[in-house]
Amino acid sequence: MAAGSILEAMNSATAAEIAADEFTRVVAQHRPQIFRFLLASTRDVDLAETLTQECFLKAHRNWSGFRGESSAMTWLMRIAINLQKDHWRNRRMRFWRSTQTHAVDLDEASEWLPSGESSAEKQMLAKEQVRHVWKAMDGLSERQRSVFLLRYIEERELSEIAQITGLSEGTVKAHLSRAVGRVRTELGRSQ
Amino acid sequence: MSIWEKRKELSDDSLEVSDDRAQSEAQDPIVDRNLDEALRNFKLSVDAWSEAAYSAPRQAQFVPRHNWRPAAGWALGCALVASSVSGVVYQRHEQQLKAKQDLAKLVEQQKQAADLQAASEEDLLASVDSDVSRQVPSAMEPLAQMAEDDSK
Repeated sequence: MAAGSILEAMNSATAAEIAADEFTRVVAQHRPQIFRFLLASTRDVDLAETLTQECFLKAHRNWSGFRGESSAMTWLMRIAINLQKDHWRNRRMRFWRSTQTHAVDLDEASEWLPSGESSAEKQMLAKEQVRHVWKAMDGLSERQRSVFLLRYIEERELSEIAQITGLSEGTVKAHLSRAVGRVRTELGRSQ
Repeated sequence: MSIWEKRKELSDDSLEVSDDRAQSEAQDPIVDRNLDEALRNFKLSVDAWSEAAYSAPRQAQFVPRHNWRPAAGWALGCALVASSVSGVVYQRHEQQLKAKQDLAKLVEQQKQAADLQAASEEDLLASVDSDVSRQVPSAMEPLAQMAEDDSK
């Protein structure tokens, strides 16, 4: 009897250790992507970092409830999107409080380009294009922006985006179409 | 799915279909090439930014927490003390002012009473004089005449 209870305790301890290891692995694997998505959504490094932390904290609390019906990435991305929504909603509600934002402007965000071997002219052109995409994103709704980023930054399949956002695939397509249309219009204006 | 979501989805779908301009632009290979390039550059840009921000060393920033409670308590206490002190001072000042006014009023009243009394005394004396002068007996007339003459 006593030996049985000791064995059970050992088993549960081992299971907890395994779960902790698994969660650590998930964090190491997906944290950069979650941060990237939140950074692109908010254009605010500090806010993206904070929301990423909150996302993994929430995931850790609910890790035992994660049944693996979807991939860990899908689950985490869903948490991140919900946190982002909550953040904006709370901020709107707390409009009277001194809420500081460190979001960078379009020009600053467009400065980031990998230092390739392309010419200065090409770099300038690329920066201009990136600036137009950021500008187009400003005109998108929260949902359209999320769908757009999941598709073109995170390179997720439509079915996966539908799973993450909780929308139907048709709605995802419609949002994506509208977002791309806006980007296209913005790029057309520049020419 | 709510009715609003459904309607939104429908409107989005219809917009997608009815957006002739977008469709015509979509068929334009130059625009599409430009779009593809822009989206690729956008991804590269976000990747570069994210990678730089993610790997940048984080510095713990000390944010002084403003605990307003003690300050508010002190302010409230000071305000209470100041108001009570100023109340007492004001009340005292008012009392002094009132006492001065009362004194001035009393002095004025006394003065008026004295004036009145003096006026009545003068009137009385005048009336007595006139009465006395009128009541000189006729038997004394020659003597009075003589006194007048002597004085001349």
